Amino acid sequence: MSLLSNATVLLGKELRTEFRSRELLTTTVVFILMVVVLFSFTFDPTREESRRFGPGLLWLAFLFAASLMLQPGFLREQTNDTLSALRLSVSDPFAIFLSKLCANTLFLLITELLMLPIFAVLYNVPLLGVVPQLALVLFLGSLGLSVTGTTLSAISAQARMRELLLPLLLLPLLTPLLIASTEATAALFAEEPVLRWDWLAFLIAFDIIFLTAVWLFGEYLLEE
Amino acid sequence: MTQAETRRIGLRFENIDKRYGGLYALRRVSLEIAPGECVALAGRNGSGKTTLLRVAAQLVRPSAGKLTFSPAQTETGPAVTNTGFVAHATMVYDELTAEENLLLFARLLEITEPAKRVDLLLRDVGLLDRRDSLVRTFSRGMRQRVAIARALLHQPSVLLLDEPGAGLDPQGLSWLAETLWRLHGAGATILMSLHGESEISGLATRGIRLDAGAVVADTRTGASLRSILTFASA
Repeated sequence: MSLLSNATVLLGKELRTEFRSRELLTTTVVFILMVVVLFSFTFDPTREESRRFGPGLLWLAFLFAASLMLQPGFLREQTNDTLSALRLSVSDPFAIFLSKLCANTLFLLITELLMLPIFAVLYNVPLLGVVPQLALVLFLGSLGLSVTGTTLSAISAQARMRELLLPLLLLPLLTPLLIASTEATAALFAEEPVLRWDWLAFLIAFDIIFLTAVWLFGEYLLEE
Repeated sequence: MTQAETRRIGLRFENIDKRYGGLYALRRVSLEIAPGECVALAGRNGSGKTTLLRVAAQLVRPSAGKLTFSPAQTETGPAVTNTGFVAHATMVYDELTAEENLLLFARLLEITEPAKRVDLLLRDVGLLDRRDSLVRTFSRGMRQRVAIARALLHQPSVLLLDEPGAGLDPQGLSWLAETLWRLHGAGATILMSLHGESEISGLATRGIRLDAGAVVADTRTGASLRSILTFASA
């Protein structure tokens, strides 16, 4: 119970600081908006092309957004050595990771939800009929992005060249997740939308494996 | 602030080494700190004082050797040692108010009636009227007061202080010395590195001098202790 209560308290802190400054959300939303708009202007895709290339473009944009958004998670804790204060205060260090994971997933989902209507209009892709299914794919994909990104953010925060390290580690590691999310989204964008359970199962497995690994070895990530 | 009798805890460092690459921050440090003892650490910059304190706080894992607490712990991890740590950095969030910071850590430490405890500490450190101000608007001394209040939230049995008087004005230093006297009187074990804080150094009953990560002097009495304390206060 200590783990959950500590994680809840820390999640409250994450939300309070972000909604007070809006640094991460504003930056990421503006960035992802530029990516989607610029792709739209550059390629000027037809409806058919949007169905084919849209899912890949969308998930690449989410991936770039995640690499931008996840970087400061643990970096901020270095500024005043607050990570040490947290480690001295929680009974299970996994609570620190869990709260950051929940906050990052939430921020990523907010960004995605703000972006989807703009994407639908710019690329002429009707999404209204597949909202629940798309929400499920977005959630599983975003959770995978956040688990991996938060873990690597903890690792890279203590390294030199930390700003470069996170994207360098994140992009190759997330390739399987990117493929699965894109395929699952493409199936929903098709003329006859279908929920591909094989890709969903892959996403669920990816999330569970990474979460379990972090739960088992996360304590070492936070050590100096 | 009233101080209840604190559980007495001692520390034992056995042949502790800490290496960063090829550099030894600590070299074969063996020390026994008795429960309730107040120890001042002295030494030049880079002599290993901060590393020793971080090892004692279990924030840094030694490369070799062992740290044990007496009475022996049944669990491991920083929280169960009931340690309060004041570091060089303030260890509080600039984007939160003084009250929000203290409430956050009080809740994490599962203190009963956190709001009451936070009120008491804010009054004690003289920041009650600035409780709703963001820490980033504070002066260095005010931040240090919040940092000290955070470390004292759970009335720790072991206090690890890394230049705790940094940034404090004379009134702040007097308050800190008085608070440490009270905690020491209640049985808290104190290990502190000092730099120019003569008022606080008077508390120390033992002085340890480090050089290049090794203990070069360790004394409880006489001219040697005064010499170490003078070095610490210089």
